[in-house]
Amino acid sequence: MYNFDFVKPSTVDEAVAALADEDAQALGGGQTLIPTLKQRLAMPSKLVSLKGIEGLDKIFVDRGGNLVIGAAATHAQVAATTDYPALASLAARIGDPAVRNRGTIGGSLANNDPSACYPAGALGSGATIVTNGRSIEADDFFEGLFETALEEGEIITEVRFPIPEKACYMKFIQPASRFPLTAVFVAKFADGVRVAVTGASNDGVFRWSDAEAALNTTFDAGSISELSVDADDMISDIHGSSEYRAHLVKVMTARAVKAAL
Amino acid sequence: MPDINLTLNGQAVSGTVENRTLLVDFLREGLGKTGTHVGCDTGQCGACVVHVDGVSVKSCNVFAVELDGSKVTTIEGMANADGSLGVIQQAFQDHHGLQCGFCTPGMVMTAAALLKENSDPSEAEIREYLDGNICRCTGYHNIVKSIQAAAAEMNASPVAAE
Ligand SMILES: Cc1cc2nc3c(=O)[nH]c(=O)nc-3n(C[C@H](O)[C@H](O)[C@H](O)COP(=O)(O)OP(=O)(O)OC[C@H]3O[C@@H](n4cnc5c(N)ncnc54)[C@H](O)[C@@H]3O)c2cc1C
Ligand code: FES
Ligand code: FES
Repeated sequence: MYNFDFVKPSTVDEAVAALADEDAQALGGGQTLIPTLKQRLAMPSKLVSLKGIEGLDKIFVDRGGNLVIGAAATHAQVAATTDYPALASLAARIGDPAVRNRGTIGGSLANNDPSACYPAGALGSGATIVTNGRSIEADDFFEGLFETALEEGEIITEVRFPIPEKACYMKFIQPASRFPLTAVFVAKFADGVRVAVTGASNDGVFRWSDAEAALNTTFDAGSISELSVDADDMISDIHGSSEYRAHLVKVMTARAVKAAL
Repeated sequence: MPDINLTLNGQAVSGTVENRTLLVDFLREGLGKTGTHVGCDTGQCGACVVHVDGVSVKSCNVFAVELDGSKVTTIEGMANADGSLGVIQQAFQDHHGLQCGFCTPGMVMTAAALLKENSDPSEAEIREYLDGNICRCTGYHNIVKSIQAAAAEMNASPVAAE
């Protein structure tokens, strides 16, 4: 690993100022970034730890009824919450206990791994990603493999999740990495159903709009039985073919609808 | 290079590290505490698990400099004050929870974290919690038995577990 400067600011403003330096990079829990640095796939001049910022890991329900999660909240902290059970359950199944004690929601969303869990939770909930300068709707945030709407030096400060009537995250695990092979987040709100899929598409997390339309008519697993998913855009690798993943999208969606609480 | 201070197994320690020094390298090479093992160095195997401020962390996946001022517990801190094996360690010995022993420090630290959260875990809960700890030898069966035995022992005599 190349060496780098290290700072641990205590406010968001100081962190943003420190990130203005060329090649400076934010460090959340390091559970993705440190392995990347070990492989010399990144060469930041400076790492700006977000773990020293007072209150950046707060979790609360705001007056509008949204679950607000600070960017530095760990997966373990979110797993321990009770306001939005499907989201807590998603967090509780990321990686393993030690990974969950370090990894953060901000790091996961900023990284936008095509197989990560939180992007499906955020997109499936219609969450709002709040940064140091603006608010971005989840529908506008994810821009393909490892790409997001974040600008250079912009940091996520919190994520606001509207709490649905019912929701479920169904994860078909890839046992070696413990990431999803394919996973689906289904959320039923008073004004409609959202279905977000991770681990399947070459373009990263996406909404399965055909399923949403069918489930809006009747929220029942049977509603999607006639639908099919195009395998053309699906990931194909040693763990599963694109056809297999397309199949899993439908199976996981049906299971999520059945189990939604 | 930064100087850092930790409380390691209850004792104040300090040292000079590079920013890129991983906690596990600081423990092993900086402080000579070689009980913590490196199995994979990619965050997958759990051989390097230690406790930081009371929770389990993969020490190959965190920088020492991030933890300035923290409390760290390693496998060396699991023995009793007189040097005899702690309850979980003794259970691993009694129930053949290890063969080559390479994964054992991480298994014991993860087991300790589990038993702190859940003093009476089911077999399924134990297996689930060991998700990030890989053992190439035992097939996990005796590790699970060891942890069940340690839990029973601790629940029978809570003072001995302290
Ligand atoms: C063994 C293992 C298993 C895993 N299994 C899963 C799994 O099942 N599902 C899953 O979803 N993930 C999994 N992960 C990844 C894990 O969830 C990471 O914690 C997460 O992807 C990154 O979060 P982090 O806080 O560790 O970020 P870091 O690694 O610190 O950073 C990742 C990226 O985000 C940037 N960043 C960090 N915080 C912010 C912020 N607030 N604003 C803007 N940019 C930021 C960094 O600059 C970097 O580019 C696993 C990881 C490991 C090691
Ligand atoms: S050496 Fe740290 S997880 Fe394998
Ligand atoms: S005892 Fe050999 S790896 Fe677990």
